[in-house]
Amino acid sequence: MAEPIRSPKRPRVALFELASCAGCQLQILNCEDELVDLLQLVEFVYFKEAMTETSDEYDLALIEGSVTRESDEEKLRVIRERAKLVVTLGSCAFPVGIPGLKNQHDLREIETLVYGADSEFFPSIQAKPVDAVIPVDMHILGCPIHKDDFMRVLSALLVGKNPPVPTYPVCVECRLKENVCAYDRGLMCLGPITRAGCGAICPSYGSRCFGCRGLAADPNIPSLEALLEEHGRSGGQVLAEYALYNGYYSTRDGGLKAKVTE
Amino acid sequence: MSTKTVEVRVDYVSRVEGHGNIVVVADGDEVKEVRFEVTEAPRFFEGMLRGRPYDQAALITSRICGICSNGHVLAAITAMEAALGLTPTEQTMLLRRLLLHGETIQSHVLHSYFLVAPDFFGLGSVVPLVETHPDVVRRALRMKKLGNDLCDMVGGRAVHQIAAVVGGFTHLPTPEELLAFRGRLDDAAADLQETVTLFAGLEMPDFERPTEYLSLKADNGYAFFGDQILSSNGETTPVSRYREKVRERVVPHSSAKHCRSDQATFMVGALARLNNGFEHLSNGATQAASDLGMRPGCTNTYMNTVAQLVEAVHCVEDSKAIVTTLLDAGLRPDPPAVEVREGHGVGAVEVPRGTLYHEYGVDGEGKITEANLIIPTGQNLANLEADMWALAPQVLPQGREKTQKAMEMLVRAYDPCISCSTHVIYLDEEVTA
Repeated sequence: MAEPIRSPKRPRVALFELASCAGCQLQILNCEDELVDLLQLVEFVYFKEAMTETSDEYDLALIEGSVTRESDEEKLRVIRERAKLVVTLGSCAFPVGIPGLKNQHDLREIETLVYGADSEFFPSIQAKPVDAVIPVDMHILGCPIHKDDFMRVLSALLVGKNPPVPTYPVCVECRLKENVCAYDRGLMCLGPITRAGCGAICPSYGSRCFGCRGLAADPNIPSLEALLEEHGRSGGQVLAEYALYNGYYSTRDGGLKAKVTE
Repeated sequence: MSTKTVEVRVDYVSRVEGHGNIVVVADGDEVKEVRFEVTEAPRFFEGMLRGRPYDQAALITSRICGICSNGHVLAAITAMEAALGLTPTEQTMLLRRLLLHGETIQSHVLHSYFLVAPDFFGLGSVVPLVETHPDVVRRALRMKKLGNDLCDMVGGRAVHQIAAVVGGFTHLPTPEELLAFRGRLDDAAADLQETVTLFAGLEMPDFERPTEYLSLKADNGYAFFGDQILSSNGETTPVSRYREKVRERVVPHSSAKHCRSDQATFMVGALARLNNGFEHLSNGATQAASDLGMRPGCTNTYMNTVAQLVEAVHCVEDSKAIVTTLLDAGLRPDPPAVEVREGHGVGAVEVPRGTLYHEYGVDGEGKITEANLIIPTGQNLANLEADMWALAPQVLPQGREKTQKAMEMLVRAYDPCISCSTHVIYLDEEVTA
C-alpha cells in the first residue's frame, strides 16, 4: 500500500454511493478552499452527483454507504477488480453507521411497516460495512468525514504514504481540549472506547460521543467499567448506545459485546 | 404522421442527489408512458427510529440526507417539542433560523451553479468551467462556503450539526464570531449581485403548467417555520392535520412514495414559497426577483432555480438582521430543559427543497413509538411526472436528444433529493400497486 498511485496522467478518482445520506461526498464538495487545486491533482471520472461524464477506468475508488442489497455486493466486486485502491468514506461504509440500525429489527417486519403490502418490490438484506464484502485499503472515518481528514488522506496516497490513523480513543483528544467530561455533565459518552481523529468535536459543542468512528485499537475496558460504576451506569447502556453506529461488528466475534459486562 | 415507437431513457440522471431514471415512450405523436423511476436503496428510517430515545430523532433523521441534514434536525426538534409540550425561547428560534439559512444558502448555490448552470454552458459538469471561467467557479465556492460557515458557527459543523437539540442549544456562538460573520454577510452583496446578473442572462426553457403550490405560512415574514400549510388557492390547513392535505401512495417503479393533495398533484420548494409569500421577501430579494424576471404566480417549473437565487439573497439579508438582533440583545445560555412525558407531535419546516414534515409518538420513558416523515422530493414526484406528461408532446418533435435534455433539465429544476425521498416513508391506507 506504500506505492504511490501511478497513472499515465493525473490519478483518476471514482466516487460510488451505496445506502447513505451522501453527506460524505458533500463534504468533498464542501472543500471550497481546496477544490480548485484538488482538480489540478486528480481527475474525477465518476461522480454522479456533480457530473454527467462517466468512466470505468479509475485508479482510486471512493465508496460511501452501507451494503443493503444483494446487487450492492456485485457492484463492489466489480469496483475492487477495476480500482488500484479502495478507500471508504464515512460511518455507513465502516463500521456500518445509521443504516445498521435496521439490523436490530426483524427485516421483514420493518419492510412491511414502511412499504406495506408492496414491500416485495424493495428487497433488502442486513446492512453490512464495505469491508465485509471486499478488501478495503483505507477507511476515512466519521459521520460525516472531516474535510481536513479527506485532504490529508488523499495527499498521503498521492505521494505513496500511509496516512497516520490514531489508535487512541476520543477521550484523549477531548481532555486536550479541556472539555468538562460528559459523564460529569450527567451524560452517557462513548469517548473512552471510540477511535480518535475527530478532535472530539461533539463533546466540544456540548454534546457527547456516539461512537461514529468505531472502536479504538485497544479500548481500555477496565477503565471504562470503573467510569461507569462511578457514575451509576451499566455496560448494557454502553452497548445500547454503541449499537447506534456499530450495529454490525459489535455483535460479532471480538466485538464490544464480548468485552463488556452488561 | 409516423407511428414509430420512440423510447427516450436516461438511466441514473446525473447532477441530482441520488439515483433516478427518466423514461418517456411515445407512439408517433401520442405519448404512451412517462416515468421517473427511483431506484435508490431504501433504508427504512421509520422502522429504525422505533424504540430509540426521543433526543436521538434529530441525530438519526439528519442522516437521511447530508444536504438537508439541518432541515431534518429542525423538523425533528420541532415535532418533539410539540410532543413534549415545550416552547423554545425567541433566541433559540433566531439561532435555528440562522442554521436553516446557512443550509439554504449552500444548497441553493450548489444547485444553481454546480448542478443547473452546466446545462446552459453545454457542459457535463462544472469542472471545465474551472479552466474557462475560474472567477465564476470561485464566486460560487465563496458563496457556498458562506452558507456552510454560518452552519459551522451556529451548529458546530455544516453537515450533521451538533449544537441544536430539543429545547435549545448546547453551544452558542460568541459575540466576536457573530460580529465577524456580519461583516462577511455584508461583503456577500457583490457576489450575490453578480450571480443575479449571470443568471438573468440565461434563458430558462419556456414551459407553463399551472399546479397547486404548497408552503408553510408564518405569522409574520417569509415562512420558514409555521403552524399552517398555505395553498396557492388561498386555503390553509393546520400542520397537525397535514395528512389530510398531503397523501402518500406507493408506486411500483419508485422506492420513494408519491404524494397528492386530495386528488391532484402539487409542488413544494422555492417556487411554491415565492408564489405564496412574495410580499414578505427582503428588499434586496425583491429587487433580485425583478432583475431575474420573477413574478408571483409563476407556473414555469424551470423557474424554481431562479426562485432559489432570490431566496439566497433573502437568506443573506435576513441572516444579517438576525445577527444584529442577537448582538443587540446579547446571547444568554439557553440550556435545554426537557421533562419527558408521553406525547405525540408534528413539526414542519421549509427546507431548501420544500416543506418537510416529521411526526412522532413518544412513550412515558421518552422512547419513540412511531415516526412518520414526509419529504419534499416525495411530495414533488407526482407533480414532476405530471410536468413530464405535459412537456413530452412539446419536445418530442424536436428529436430524441433535445427531449432527453429538456427532461433532464426539468428533473434538475426540482432539485430532487432522492436519498431523502426513499429513506423516509410511512405506511398509509391508500397503498395501491
